[in-house]
Amino acid sequence: MTPDVGPAIRTEDLRKTYKSSRGDVPAVRGIDLCVESGQFFGLLGPNGAGKSTTIGMLTTLVLPTGGRAWVAGKDVVADPVGVKRRIGVVTQNNTLDMQLTVAENLEFRSRFFGLGLREASRRATQLLEVFGLADRRKAMSTDLSGGQAKRLLIARALVHRPDVLFLDEPTAGLDPQTRVNLWDILRVLHGEGQTILLTTHYMEEAEALCEQIAVIDHGEVLAAGTVNELKEGTGAETVITVRYEEAVPEGVTARARLADRPGVSKVEADGDYIRVFTREPEGVLGELVTVGSAAGLTVRDATQLKPSLETVFLTLTGREYRE
Amino acid sequence: MTTTTTTTPPVAAEHPGVPSASEVAALIADAPEPRPTLIKTFNAMMAREFRVLRRNAIATFTRAVMQPLLFVFVFAYVFPKIGGGFNLGAGAAASAGTGAINFATILVPGLMASMLLMQGIMAVTFPLVMEFSWQRTIEDRALAPVPIKVLAIQKITAGAVQSFIGACIVFPIVLLVHAAGQAPHVHVTNWGLFALILVFASLLTSSLGLLLGTIMDPRKMQMLFAVILLPATMLGCVYYPWSALHHIRWLQIVVLINPMVYMSEGLRAVLTPSLGHMPLWGVLLALVGGTVVFGYLGTRTFTKRVLN
Repeated sequence: MTPDVGPAIRTEDLRKTYKSSRGDVPAVRGIDLCVESGQFFGLLGPNGAGKSTTIGMLTTLVLPTGGRAWVAGKDVVADPVGVKRRIGVVTQNNTLDMQLTVAENLEFRSRFFGLGLREASRRATQLLEVFGLADRRKAMSTDLSGGQAKRLLIARALVHRPDVLFLDEPTAGLDPQTRVNLWDILRVLHGEGQTILLTTHYMEEAEALCEQIAVIDHGEVLAAGTVNELKEGTGAETVITVRYEEAVPEGVTARARLADRPGVSKVEADGDYIRVFTREPEGVLGELVTVGSAAGLTVRDATQLKPSLETVFLTLTGREYRE
Repeated sequence: MTTTTTTTPPVAAEHPGVPSASEVAALIADAPEPRPTLIKTFNAMMAREFRVLRRNAIATFTRAVMQPLLFVFVFAYVFPKIGGGFNLGAGAAASAGTGAINFATILVPGLMASMLLMQGIMAVTFPLVMEFSWQRTIEDRALAPVPIKVLAIQKITAGAVQSFIGACIVFPIVLLVHAAGQAPHVHVTNWGLFALILVFASLLTSSLGLLLGTIMDPRKMQMLFAVILLPATMLGCVYYPWSALHHIRWLQIVVLINPMVYMSEGLRAVLTPSLGHMPLWGVLLALVGGTVVFGYLGTRTFTKRVLN
């Protein structure tokens, strides 16, 4: 769909610093991305990581303060109109036109993109049928349920066949059933060759949908690749954490020689917990309980995370994922 | 948690609103080739405004009619009926050397100017504050394939049309509602000039509306009435001609910062030329200059707000 202009999205050291009365706030600090045409790309990170700012810059609504970015071959700063012609955006908020009906939301968006009256009306009808909103066409857009509004937002982003479809946190705040429905819609679109960039703070969403993922936090890309590459890259380790009722005294982990166990790459003890990163999780949990009781500690809770994006995030940042 | 990544498209017909692969394929294949142009997009945005206006016709009409209706009813019907004690404006006009003129005559241009400001702000500022706050629905139109400043100009244009209509509604009302013998003496000699003044006055108010809408803190909307609308109207030569202010020389000079003064006086010059009014060149200079200045500032702050 994208003409031969290279990748669908490319950024070079893309930056955004907000000026505020309390000084500069860096939201995005030098991001390099490359999304190929036809790819389903995920920008994964906790809230406040800089995902929305990044998507804002790519969709021309946020002006970068440094670096460059191209979408569908067009520079987002030099040619924002060229970019806007070639993208569809599903915003995080419900930005449907509250003053218009469901069908009018699609008709007017089509007309903004230069379609004639009849063509716009035909396209609206088609989109409403495909997205299961035909019976709500005359409803005001404010009367839609959360899931219906999301579907209409997606339909609206597709009126003009965008080269790249952007979705900013598309399933945030939706119930589980609606979320699964939306995933299905996105899979079908991707299956038909639609290039998609999605931001999400749900690990399982990125894992379930995206071919390529960039893990982002504090405005920087921590790692990028396929889910499997990310797991391989961080050693595909199981992360075992045991929390105790009491603070862990110093030297406990050294005395217990946890780090000498086969497969263990890292042992952390901080405050009331001990955390072990290992390829061979067998027996580690039991060991931690034993070690704890030998040091006079009572176990409060224990978790064992199999290699997943969550363990990737833990390994990369040393912090638990905050949603 | 599993480690597989499945991106194979399942056909989930049992889920409502989930399209099948073939439907989506058709959707993509059927997609029209968009050929947006600046004019087409601008017109579509204007069409959207008129669709909304038509939908809210009753509310919009009521809003536009109630103010002039009540004003005219009180000033041109109630006051003359209960005694001429309130005929202050006419007194002022008389003292400005214009002879006996009823208050309705003074009120017509002032009321039109007041309507222009009111409608301009209602039509532009209020919706804009809504669009910028909470869900930022402004992004819907900001993503249309035109520069952001075109969107700003479109908002000014749509607002000006509503101001213009609002001002015209005053006419039938003042001509119909008044006590016996209190009909205003309105006589347009130069229709071209009248139209010019109305058009620029409309553009001026909607440009001001855009500027206010982009700099107002939504939580402080009440301030709009206290700080802008009320002083602009009370000190805008709505109820008295500017020349009559010569008794209070400092006020006569201070009110010159108020754009309302030029709208009232400009309309006075074309509607009731027998009344003393400000020189026309001054009026036109202020209206055109004000439109350019507020339009420029409004477009700038609007673009800044959209592109944060």
